[in-house]
Amino acid sequence: MNREITQNGLWTNNVALVQLLGLCPLLAVTSSTINGVGLGLATMVTLILSNTLVSLIRDFVRSEVRLPVFVLIIACVVTVIELLMKAFFYDLFLVLGIFIPLIVTNCAIIGRAEGFASRNPVGASALDGFMMGLGFLAVLTLLGAMREVIGSGTLLAHADLMFGESAKALTITFNEDYSGFLLAILPPGAFFGLALLIAVKNAIGLPTKDKVAVVDDSLNAETA
Amino acid sequence: MNKKQILISGAFLWVFAVVGTTFVAVTEDTTRTKIEDNERLVLLRNLNALLPAEEFDNDIVTDTTTVSASALLGTENNTIIYRARLQGKPIAAIINSIAPNGYSGQIHLLVGVYSDGSVAGVRAVKHSETPGLGDAIETQKTDWVFSFNNRSLDSPVPSNWLVKKDGGNFDQFTGATITPRAVVLAVKNTLLYYQQNADSIFQ
Repeated sequence: MNREITQNGLWTNNVALVQLLGLCPLLAVTSSTINGVGLGLATMVTLILSNTLVSLIRDFVRSEVRLPVFVLIIACVVTVIELLMKAFFYDLFLVLGIFIPLIVTNCAIIGRAEGFASRNPVGASALDGFMMGLGFLAVLTLLGAMREVIGSGTLLAHADLMFGESAKALTITFNEDYSGFLLAILPPGAFFGLALLIAVKNAIGLPTKDKVAVVDDSLNAETA
Repeated sequence: MNKKQILISGAFLWVFAVVGTTFVAVTEDTTRTKIEDNERLVLLRNLNALLPAEEFDNDIVTDTTTVSASALLGTENNTIIYRARLQGKPIAAIINSIAPNGYSGQIHLLVGVYSDGSVAGVRAVKHSETPGLGDAIETQKTDWVFSFNNRSLDSPVPSNWLVKKDGGNFDQFTGATITPRAVVLAVKNTLLYYQQNADSIFQ
């Protein structure tokens, strides 16, 4: 069971590469690695908390009102995360700005609440939230890194926004004279980058076994 | 579904709304002072970037004046001016100004003006100019905005407050003329505004 959840979240049913959910923040913020990591972590924490809470109340909640209750839980969790971020990572908040409240509308989160957490015990739900979040974080980080290297010729620029002053040393500049490749940073670069990642994933995935899983889960996600 | 069922569901939703709101309210309450401190620190950092802390001794964040909308500042609402003083004497004003005609809409600027009418510094605080082209107005990207330092309406004369392409004294950047043109005009207008209103600003 746990193995399956892990595999689903990270690979077989990856939120960004297979379910293609939450693309708006994914495409918008990944112009640099640190932005991607920041939003990815915030989404992951939201997923873990919302999945856990939804699973805790799954036996009491009446089915007629379950969706409003899930939305309420997600909105509360995200608002609290936004406030905490403003209090403790204010500089990062200034960069990610409006995308934090937008996590509420990331359908991956309500999708997991309805599709998984409302039918499974707390431990499994929390693990599912963590793995789904980790899969999303990995794609955000990878896409951010790709676009940053190609677009600006750096890696981990502005790491200090997240990890404090000492992290300035983490920034890698590949070529001081690199004039940048604008397309990679602009929105089209996000689409190209994501398409490339999906293509690579499909190329290395096990074709037959994978396809079955994809069809099943995408149906699942749509009903959610 | 009968009436009783509807009431139970409604009550259930109500309980959740109350619990959720309480949770958010408690967090808001505990983080409020910390968030206000952060906002204040960022503002002070922006202001200090324009005017070194040793040049004034008043509390610049609270010593402000609100002025009404002005075409020269590009504003449609009242806007705040921060006042720096040394032993009570006016040193500089830091003015919120908007360049309305950037490539992608408004460019929000902070312009520091010394009491003699020269520029202490200019920073773009909010804009949506093209990454890699127009965003060269940010200090993290290029040193361009520093070219305003110590300029005034005497050097160059107002008719030369244009980008070089238009026959003026300020560089444009490769691939982007509209952004620097908008910023140069906004800084010039801010200086004109200061010239006309210097007395009332420090009252």
